[in-house]
Formats: sequence, structure tokens, C-alpha cells
Amino acid sequence: MPESRDLVAKVVLQRSADFSVDIELACPPGITCVMGPSGSGKSTLLAILAGLQLPDRGRVAIGDEVWVDRGQGIEVPVHKRRLSYVFQGLALFPHMTALANVKYGMHHVPRPDREATAMSLLKRVGAAHLAHRRPRTFSGGEAQRVALARALARSPQLVLLDEPFSALDRDLRKQLTELVRELIAEAKVPLVHVTHSVAEARLLADRVIRIDGGRVVAQGTPDEVLAGITSLEE
Amino acid sequence: MRAEIPRFAITLAIVIGVLLWAGAGGGLVWDPIYLSLRVAFMAMLWSLVMGIGFAVLLTWKKLPGADFIDALINVPLVLPPTVLGYYLIVSLGPESAIGRGIQWLTGSDLAFTFNAAVVAAAIGSLPLVVRSIKVGLESIDPSFPAAARTLGAGPVRVFFTIMLPLATPGVIAGAMMGFARSLGDYGATMMFASARPHDNLPTGAIAVIDYIVADKEAAAQRMAITMTVVGVAMLYLANRLTKRMQRRA
Repeated sequence: MPESRDLVAKVVLQRSADFSVDIELACPPGITCVMGPSGSGKSTLLAILAGLQLPDRGRVAIGDEVWVDRGQGIEVPVHKRRLSYVFQGLALFPHMTALANVKYGMHHVPRPDREATAMSLLKRVGAAHLAHRRPRTFSGGEAQRVALARALARSPQLVLLDEPFSALDRDLRKQLTELVRELIAEAKVPLVHVTHSVAEARLLADRVIRIDGGRVVAQGTPDEVLAGITSLEE
Repeated sequence: MRAEIPRFAITLAIVIGVLLWAGAGGGLVWDPIYLSLRVAFMAMLWSLVMGIGFAVLLTWKKLPGADFIDALINVPLVLPPTVLGYYLIVSLGPESAIGRGIQWLTGSDLAFTFNAAVVAAAIGSLPLVVRSIKVGLESIDPSFPAAARTLGAGPVRVFFTIMLPLATPGVIAGAMMGFARSLGDYGATMMFASARPHDNLPTGAIAVIDYIVADKEAAAQRMAITMTVVGVAMLYLANRLTKRMQRRA
């Protein structure tokens, strides 16, 4: 039996005439890296888990809370799911400061406490100095830190990362993956991280799921799944 | 937006300069211009409210019959203005069901009044306003509203906190186009609001005809140049804002 905080999903989506996603997965609290070549269905899977795309069939549940069950007619709208999604382009709102971006998802926090909570999160990710600046003035690494703070501000039950570190240099990527590890260990929620990078998955993941052609081809610990693999784009 | 402020300031200075020239020595009768500006401003507000609504509707991917609705909104662009005015009389005039409803609610007819001039100008400018706001909404990276939804924002909050602020250049450009178009409305205003829509005064566009008929060449020239400069200034600023949106997209 999965623990009460596990993400459990079994979804089928016919995305086009010649491509479908048919994936079953269970992610306990901790970091699960979903890996696969371009076009393998990784981002579609994240969109389904977030509720941005509806599967043709299947079920998505987090602990005892069912988000989608097509058989039962259950479809919890995106904004009512307590999740955080860090997009590949980060999607920091350009017309808001870093602080306002972080506060945006904090409706569960009483209004008078929001600013202090958002500031403490920015401090936690090393971005307090950016609080009153807008995203166009951020460097790549600064934007990632603010995006992580915004993701955690929602006290999510599930965190989804869609290759947010792909444009960063190696050192910065290492720093941020370590920060993600720390934050998720504290939050004790499942994090599904889509990545192309085998090195990043080895560094970050508790579990790895490899998908190809919209199907799971291997899953297990990083050592089990990634033994002898240096790149997925072969 | 900030980069546009000097251009806005220079354009405004030119418009004020032309207005001062036109008015020098009592060469320009201000009342029609003032009436036109009031009509255009009110029409701009109405067309903005309607324009935002229609633009949102048209950018909704699941809208049934979107192309047909789009065509209907754009009809004022292709109809002769007198025909548009005729439809307004038929649908909103004192003999129509809506016209009688307005009479019952407000105690007066809509047709042949200041408000009729506003309605005629607003409907005439609606296609330009909708088009501009639609471009503004479509230029927004879809990951922004998606991110807002994943952060717990429902559709209304996403619209007011993400979509509308990010579409602001499109909304402002639409407002300017709507204002410029309303300023020059003639045919529909004549049909639905008469040649003297308020206090027995003509709008600027109608006054030009009056001056020509009365053989007042110099007054017609000053009125025409004033309205041209205001209109060109509005369109120039709208173009600048539209370009900014296209660069962002």
C-alpha cells in the first residue's frame, strides 16, 4: 500500500494519431527524476499530473486525495490542486517583483503574514536581495532561486520541475540541485523532476523513471536504471 | 512602457502646439472639437469594456462559431457608415424593442442624443479595439497563466492579475485606436444621433461639412488639420505600443 503522501498515477492520453502516453507510476516523498529523449512524453506527463491537460483515461491521486478519475468523473481543477510547477522557462511574472511572485501562491497564509513568510523563503534560497526587483533584471541562477521559492511558498503536496536547470552552467546547476534536495527533504513531499541530464539525475534522484515513446521502459534507483548510461539522446 | 514616455511627451507637445495654432485669433470654434473629444472619450470607454469582453471570448479556444462571431464584430469595418447607422436606428431607435426598453428604463429615447453619438462611435470603433486587445492577449506567453493556475489562482484572478496587466500595451493601443476612430465618426453619427447631437452643436467631423457648405474655407481647414493631427498622434502611439507587443511575442 502506498503511503498517504505518495503520488499514484495511471494515465492514458492519445496526443496525436501516432503518439500516445500510457504511463503508470508511484512516487513516494523524495525526488523522482523522469528521463527520456526529446518527444518521449515527459512534459505531457507533467501537464497531466498538474491538471493542465486531461488524460483520456486514468486516475491521478496524491495520498487519499483523488485529483483525476475519468471513470468516476472526478476532475479537480488545476487551481484547487495543492501543487507547484516550475516551468522550463520558469514563468516568473514579469510585471511583479520577486516578493510579489512568491506571495502570489500564498493564499493559504493569513494576509498579514504573507510578506514575512515570502521574505523568509527568499532568504532560504539565497535570493532575499532580489525581493524588490523584477525578473528581467535577474541572472539565470537568480531567476531559478526565485522560482524555487515561489514553488515552495504554496506548501505543495506535489512539486513538478520541468527541466528548470537546463540552461545553467555546471557549478550553478550543482548548487541548485543540492538546494532542491534540502528543500524537498524538509517538505517531505514527492517531487517529479523532468531532466535530460544523466549527471543531474544521479546527483538528485531517489528514484528514476525512464520513459520512451510515451511508455515507462525502466524504473528504480539511479544505480539500477542509469548503470552504464551517459546520455539519453542516442 | 517606460521607454515610450519621451515619445508620448513629444507627441502630446505637438498636438498641443497644433491646437494652439488652430485656436490663435479665434480661428477655430472650439465647441465642435470639445463635443467630439467628449463623444470620443465616452465611446472609447464603452468600446474598451465591450472590446475586452469580446477579445477574451475570441481568444478562448473552445468558443463555438468563433470565426462567425469574429466576422460579426468586424462588420462595422466593411459596412458603409450610413448602413451601420441605419441598423442602429432599427435596433435601438424609439420603434425598436430595445429602444422602448431604454425609454422605459431611463424615461428618454436614446436616438438623436449625445449618448446616441457615443453608441454610434463606440460600435464603429469596436473592431479596431477588439483586434488590438486580442493581439495583446495572444502575445502573452501561455506559461504565465498556466503558472498562475498552478499557484492556486482561479480564472477570474488569472485574468485580472496576469492576463490584463500583461496585455496592457494592447489595451492602451486599442483605447487610442478607438478614440481616434470615434473622433472622426461621421456617417453613423449623422444617422443615429443627427447632425446636432448635443446642445444644437455638430461634432468636429460634421462641422467640417457645415463650414464647406457655408463657404468658410479657413475654418474648415483649421478644423480638418486639428482633427488630422489628433488622429495621427493617436495612431502613431498605438503603432508604437503594438510594435512593443510584437517584439515581446
